[in-house]
Amino acid sequence: MKKLIGFIFFSLMQVSMYAQDDLLSLVEDSTEGKKDFIKYAFKSPRVINSHSMEFLSPGTMDFRILHRFGTVNNTVKDLFGLDQASMRMGFDFGIRRNLMAGFGRSTFKKELDGFIKFAPIMQSSGPHSFPVTIALVSGITMHTLPWADPAVKNYFTSRLAYYHQVIIGRKWSETLTVQISPTMVHHNIVPFSFQPNDIYSVGFGGRLKLSARVAFTWDYFYVLNGLQENSNTHPLSLGFDIETGGHVFQLHFSNTAGMNERAFISETTGRWDKAEIRFGFNLSRVFQLKKKKGK
Amino acid sequence: MKKLLVFLLILSTGSVTAQERHFTKSGKISFDATTSTSPEKIAATTNTAICVLEKGSGKSQFSVVLKSFEFANALMQEHFNENYVESHKFPKAEFRGQILQAEKINYQQNAINKVTVKGTMLLHGAQKEIESNGTITIQNGKIILSSTFVLLLKDFGIKIPGIVSDKVAEQVKITLEASLDPLNK
Repeated sequence: MKKLIGFIFFSLMQVSMYAQDDLLSLVEDSTEGKKDFIKYAFKSPRVINSHSMEFLSPGTMDFRILHRFGTVNNTVKDLFGLDQASMRMGFDFGIRRNLMAGFGRSTFKKELDGFIKFAPIMQSSGPHSFPVTIALVSGITMHTLPWADPAVKNYFTSRLAYYHQVIIGRKWSETLTVQISPTMVHHNIVPFSFQPNDIYSVGFGGRLKLSARVAFTWDYFYVLNGLQENSNTHPLSLGFDIETGGHVFQLHFSNTAGMNERAFISETTGRWDKAEIRFGFNLSRVFQLKKKKGK
Repeated sequence: MKKLLVFLLILSTGSVTAQERHFTKSGKISFDATTSTSPEKIAATTNTAICVLEKGSGKSQFSVVLKSFEFANALMQEHFNENYVESHKFPKAEFRGQILQAEKINYQQNAINKVTVKGTMLLHGAQKEIESNGTITIQNGKIILSSTFVLLLKDFGIKIPGIVSDKVAEQVKITLEASLDPLNK
């Protein structure tokens, strides 16, 4: 009995002594045990060329200027390709936490493009968490070049191509994010009968964060069908994301000049082993269009 | 034997009343890192700070989840979490302090008591002894803490890159206000 009392007294003492030093532990933390969506898987909603699992915050606009230069094997006579430039200007909008849309125009083929991106499931932590983000992207492209053969009857729909994509991505850690994105590109019309209208491919993209503001990124698509022997190839881009406060610079080398899904999946011609690679950069500037609620 | 037990019981209840504590889970903390050359206001607020005050000893402790700070600008919020406080590595900021001359405060009388608090601030994995002035307002039994003080980012190893050094203040003004309820534990 004495021992028991001694024990109770001792444990009471211990509790009260501990509690005196750490008052915060007396109040349970209400912010723990809540479902929390994983954020900042990428610095930008694009890996390099392709869509990433990251979404823009609602009420923001991402103004993107993309440049692709000539191939570096043009050597110094072309300043390693810098004498030639092709560009795309784009405007992407964050609508909801898991919904965004955008449009752009590329100088190559004077092509307009637009897309909508929606994530039914997002990676989260805490109760009812989910290990990956699943995002769906649907886009349309329209070239505005003069008709190749004005003599025949040309249809407006011949200018159009579509792409549909599923992005399955996971931020494994603060350092590493990877994603896989099966993609289908549909051309309403193709120049040669032996070319398929539907091209299937699988994208592999990711990011390795090197410091708070610098990350290494890769963006590769394996094209499953419709590659023309000795002319087409699989697009591979390797680059660095550099964040400077207001801007994100995505500097990279790539074997493709395409800046929308139709172009870089079905029209990549450069080969890495022949140094047919280009320097390019994306400049991203995010503007807050709508003030956030609760401020 | 029974007497001893009763004595112990009385002793333990006595100690509980002596350590009367008040708390809140909805303390408001704001900060402002705007400089005269900032292109826009760099400020954020949270309403989920935890605060506990022990009346008798004058111990006061705060804890805030850094991710809970809301900015008007989403990109600023991203940079705050990702690059400055690194909330994935250091999720919380804490202050454990002591109100000086706490015995002088009469919690029964409506008044605005000016106080000085001294303690340790924990932020971004770094500790720093700080001292700040504030008030404890007693209003019909309610206790309201408030204080404004300045933290130096370099004390906590938070670096401002050169490219934005004229846009983000090195000295950050912190404002807190917490209305406390009795803690029954």
